[in-house]
Amino acid sequence: MNEFAAHQVVIEIIYLVASALFILSLKWMSSPTTARHGVWAGELGMLLAIGGTLLHHGIVEYKWIAIALVLGTVIGVPLGRVQMTAVPQRTALSHAFGALCVTLVGTAEFYLRSPDISRFMMSVLSMEVILGSLTFTGSLMAAGKLQEILPQRPLTYRGQNFVNFLLLAIAVVLAVCLVLHPEARQLYPFMLVIALAFGVLLVIPIGGADMPTVISLLNAYAGLSAAAMGFVLNNKLLIVAGALDGSSGLILSVIMSKAMNRSFTNVLFGAFGQVQASAVTGQEAKPVRSATAEEAAAILSAANKVVVVPGYGMAVAQAQHKVRELYDALGKRGVDVRFAIHPVAGRMPGHMNVLLAEADIPYDRLMDMDDINGDFPQTDVALVIGANDVTNPAARTDASSPIYGMPILDVDKAHTVMVIKRGMSPGFAGIDNPLYYLDNTLMLFGDAKAFVGSIVRELTGGGHS
Amino acid sequence: MNSSTLINGLFIFMLAGFIGFEVIRRVSPLLHTPLMSLTNALDAIAVVGAIVLVGEHKSTLSAVLGTLAVIAATSNIVGGFLITDRMLKMFKSSRPAAKS
Repeated sequence: MNEFAAHQVVIEIIYLVASALFILSLKWMSSPTTARHGVWAGELGMLLAIGGTLLHHGIVEYKWIAIALVLGTVIGVPLGRVQMTAVPQRTALSHAFGALCVTLVGTAEFYLRSPDISRFMMSVLSMEVILGSLTFTGSLMAAGKLQEILPQRPLTYRGQNFVNFLLLAIAVVLAVCLVLHPEARQLYPFMLVIALAFGVLLVIPIGGADMPTVISLLNAYAGLSAAAMGFVLNNKLLIVAGALDGSSGLILSVIMSKAMNRSFTNVLFGAFGQVQASAVTGQEAKPVRSATAEEAAAILSAANKVVVVPGYGMAVAQAQHKVRELYDALGKRGVDVRFAIHPVAGRMPGHMNVLLAEADIPYDRLMDMDDINGDFPQTDVALVIGANDVTNPAARTDASSPIYGMPILDVDKAHTVMVIKRGMSPGFAGIDNPLYYLDNTLMLFGDAKAFVGSIVRELTGGGHS
Repeated sequence: MNSSTLINGLFIFMLAGFIGFEVIRRVSPLLHTPLMSLTNALDAIAVVGAIVLVGEHKSTLSAVLGTLAVIAATSNIVGGFLITDRMLKMFKSSRPAAKS
């Protein structure tokens, strides 16, 4: 065995160990008690893989690698320190960076190898670049919408799906041409630009409430493009990591689409945001019952079991720390308080859990929809804070409702429902919520943070907080 | 690339896909956000391809694109692991220390 081959074997073995560490890393994520080991395993795998790669025989130039690693770290550290409310846009941004890396490497490989490039190689390379570039611009759009740099409202126009499919079809046709005639290098930039444009158009029609699905789907695309890059570079570690990331994104997309009652094909083809098209029923004349903070506090302290239903509105109002004070105040009075988390609450999968955990609410108090729904009939008070569509009983009862069939939290089955809301305006999807007109519902009008704060003051006795 | 490396790659992809599916299916919805930031960091293993591209310096274009790619991937690795760990540190059970 010559020195060249020996190097390669060492690198491959290091990659093998790193692959095992990556799988362990995800396995440990299954429980909050072992999850941090998962991070350490992932970090160790990553360090080994990078260290091993530096042994690569062809590497002659280390200066720029070092500079790039340092610059990447300088950008990465602030991205690791963002506020928990900003985690969805940070995640979208990092999908964009991952996809950017894959696209850049694919482009470089194309220009290094063409025209001497086999058909199979050109096929995976095209797949890598198309997926990578549409994920790059799509994720940037998603991040922009989440950060509210771009308008959150979905932008739709006639023939939108047609235009999108046409663009994608053109990109695929160009890819096929390149596979058949790899010497036609002038086609490559067109394929790249069209895929980039497709990513933008794909996310334009998507509104804020659909972001959990979109982020998951972009996650799956990012993983698949990395796996394709693994095929191009014949790097097994990359194939493994890409497949793991791809399946993770796919599973989350399926969970999110089920939680919004969208078919999986609907999600795969990016046709989100259509619920918005349905008309708003402007009947706001129906009577509702409202209550003051004092009355709400009295009802809460007389309860045995309270379930809090937080939604994105709670995060927008930054009310989670006040909610934790409420949790403490009620806990001291012996009230059993739990939290019901709908899978699509928040702007990305699991977002609400992170926000509540940040407010120091123990994770064993945070319940999934399936675990808590059976308990609502035995619940004295369901307190809805900043959630709307996920509590809408029309999803169960009204076949004409656009959200009919969507799994919801059955808060209407609780003895008393209290809804903290700014006013009677309908939710994001523009759908009226019959929950508000039920006999057992009390509306608490006001800002979530301020209102929860005043309930806490009532409970702890006195105006000092 | 010959066809046996292709088949090997497909086998690895298929097996890793199934492992990923089985492992991630078991992740509690509680941890879906950290899961996504962790897989994001792991996905940035693409940095190894970019490092080779920079190090081999076969053309100016490939070196420049590779350098940008290393920067993008490294920021994902550092940022991804950092924020995942930060989030996981916040998840506390009520059993050991009930209230502070």
